[in-house]
This record gives sequence, structure tokens and C-alpha cells, in this order.
Amino acid sequence: MSLFRRITATSVAVSIVFSGMAYAAPAPKVASETLIGTEQLASALAQSDSRSALMATLDRADLAAALQARGVSVDALRDRVASLTDAEAAQLMAQIDQAPAGADILGVIFTIFIVLLVTDILGLTKVFPFTRSVR
Amino acid sequence: MASASALMLMLAAAACLSGCALLADPPHTAALRASPPTDLPPRLERAQVPFFPQTRHHCGPAALATVLADVGMPADPVALADAVFLPSREGSLQLEMLGGARRQGALATKLPPDLTALLRELAAGHAVLVLQNLGLDFAPVWHYAVLVGYDLPAGELFFRSGTQQRAVLPLHTFEHTWARAGRWAIAVLPPGQLPATAREADAVEATLGFGRVAAPASLAQAWAAVLQRWPANVLAGMGLGNARHASGDLPAAAQAFDAVAQQHDSAAAWNNLARTRAALGDDAGALLAAQRAVARAQAAEPTWLSAAQQTLRDLGPAQAQPVTARQ
Repeated sequence: MSLFRRITATSVAVSIVFSGMAYAAPAPKVASETLIGTEQLASALAQSDSRSALMATLDRADLAAALQARGVSVDALRDRVASLTDAEAAQLMAQIDQAPAGADILGVIFTIFIVLLVTDILGLTKVFPFTRSVR
Repeated sequence: MASASALMLMLAAAACLSGCALLADPPHTAALRASPPTDLPPRLERAQVPFFPQTRHHCGPAALATVLADVGMPADPVALADAVFLPSREGSLQLEMLGGARRQGALATKLPPDLTALLRELAAGHAVLVLQNLGLDFAPVWHYAVLVGYDLPAGELFFRSGTQQRAVLPLHTFEHTWARAGRWAIAVLPPGQLPATAREADAVEATLGFGRVAAPASLAQAWAAVLQRWPANVLAGMGLGNARHASGDLPAAAQAFDAVAQQHDSAAAWNNLARTRAALGDDAGALLAAQRAVARAQAAEPTWLSAAQQTLRDLGPAQAQPVTARQ
């Protein structure tokens, strides 16, 4: 029951966020209804690029749902998705769980503590603020 | 007991051997030490770059706030966390860092993956946001920091990093941590300014992304800067025309499309020129441009054929009437 409610809540939230997106999304892509847009021309010029295949199938609502499932607040979803080009949105969707996520030095597991301590001292890494490179 | 100490000895020997091999300078550091660029000052520090100490996991928003504030743009790490922080990953992804900068009205441009380029960018007066892997490939510790200075004779770099207002790293250590993060670095600048070392493709990509959220007037400014540095770039010319058109400055838009059409014989540019001239009431000029668009699309750019034909059709009645009236 609670799973069902969560799924319902998520899909309702995403559809509310994106109900207005149909109007907003094409605007930056095409300067006016009749002109050929810059991003359109860019993707045509890059058609040999393998990304264009991904771009064709990308649904921005899917990306928003993926971000929401990973803890992004509903208020922030729309702006975050809207600030990416089609190519970037497709790339983000594909790598959302693998791409580097810059954070900080907390949470390093103890088993690798010693290894990193040694490499810090050799000047290969810089995990710990208290180490000084031997060189 | 004896075998344990023998093992320890072997481990120590192995560590020394691999350590000695690893202690050679990484390539860019070695190049910088061997021949420091003569056109760069040996020491430089942009002490005026502001500092936003990070809270837990929030080095992304803090680093972004640092570079934004440095160029006088709105920079609130708390608001930026909403824009870039991804809770499940306990960090911020690179693509979202680009998006976050754009939403504050700035362009985030990727820099060449070359340590010397980062120093040149500092010399040009721009702070540089970098991604580091402070750990190792199998145990990554991703971290964003802002490069604010260097001292080549001492072999040191200075950063706003995490909770440290002035973190000092040896050149070779930074290069190791930077190389493990794919040598990713960006400059964040207001529209109309470009990083000194940006490559053409990266500048275009940054401006395309900026176009997703930018006001048309700012976008026109950004494309104009790209076009000024790379006058032969067809996307910059088209971008300038489209941004001017969106901002309502039709004569200037027509001028931009005309320049691209003349220079590249681009069907898309002829098409947009035709539409813009028609909106300005220049029916004869619009017809001419639409015909060129169709001809060019038929000859070499089939992608735009249907758009060009549609433009020609749309012009048709308005164009035909005065002709029949005269007969």
C-alpha cells in the first residue's frame, strides 16, 4: 500500500511539474516557431555523432523522475532539467549513477585508509588534510 | 616470526620499487618544470577570490559560488545546493555544475585538459573550477576546488578547497588527482567574455547550453563574443541571429543571418533570413533568400528541405499578389 502511494505521489508530482513544460521546453530550442533553432542546427551538424541517436529518444520527464528518485526536491526538478541541452540531458540520464559526484573527503572506508595514507605521503593522492608529501 | 619479518621486508622492498617508479613527475608537471612558459609570470595569486567554506558533501555548490562571486554574479551556496546537489550520490555531477552556472546567468566553459592552460587562465584573470579525484581509481574521492594561484619556482598551486581558504598542493600531487578525474576544468564567466584558452568546440557547446536558460539579449552577447573570436563559426552566426530575433531586434537578426548565409551558403541561414526579411516587410528580399534556401537544401543539405519549402510556400501568396495586381 505504501509503495503504491509512493509511486502515485511520484508520478503525480512529475506530471504536475511537466504539465507546463510542453509550452516551455521548445522555446529555447527554436528561436521562434518558424526559424530553425541553433541547437537544432548543432545536432544536425553533429549527426554522425552517436549521441544524436540517444537524443532522439530522450524524454525529459524521465530524467526528472530519475532525479526525483535520487532525492532532488520537486521544486528544483524543472529548472535543473531545463538548464541542460538535449545532448547533456541524455548523457546525464545514461550516467547518473556512475558519473563522478564531487563531494568531500568524509566517508572513506577504513580498509583503504592505510593505502591512501601511504599514497598521500608519496604525493600521489591528497585525501587527508594532515599529510605532507615527502617531496 | 622470522617468516613474518621476511614478508614485511619483501613488502617494504616492493613498496619502494613501485614507489620509486611512481615518484616520477606526471607529464604536465614535468613539462612545466623542464621549460616554464616564458610568457607567464612565475608566481601569481588571485587573493581577491572569495571563499565559501563547504558544509558536508557540498563542495560542488561551494566551488560554484566561489567562481560566480568572483565575477560578480549571484552566489548563494544554499540556493546553489538546490540547483546541483544530488542527494543519493551525496555529491554534485559535472553536467549539473554546468547547468547550475547557467541558471545564475553565467557561461561555464570547459578548458583544455592541460595544466599549462589552467595557469594561463589564471594569468588572464579567471579563477578555474576543477574536479579532482583525491583518492585512487578503485577508491575514488571526488572533490571540486577552485584554483586561484600558482608558484612555479616552488612547484605549488593554491586553491579555495573544502573548508580550507588557502589550500596548497604540490604541482605533481594536483596533476595526479586531476588526471584521475579526467582533467576536467571549467571557467565560469558572464556572457560576452570567453576563457583565454577555450577551444572553439567547447565555447560553442557552452553557449548552446547557456541558450537553454538565458535571456535573449544575454544570449546574443554570448554568441557575439564567440563569433568575434571565431568569425567562421556557422553556429555562432546562427546563434547570434536567432538570439537577436528572439529579443525582437529583427534588423540586427537579418544582418547576422545574411552574414552566415553569404559566408557559408547555409540553407538554415537562408531560411531564417527569409523569415526575418518577411517579418520586416522586405518581401522581395525574403523570396530571394527562400529560393536560395531551397536550392541549397536540394543540393547539399536535405535536412532543411522541408523547412525551406515551407518558408517559400508561406511567402507565396503575399509575394504573388503584387505581381498579379501589376499585370
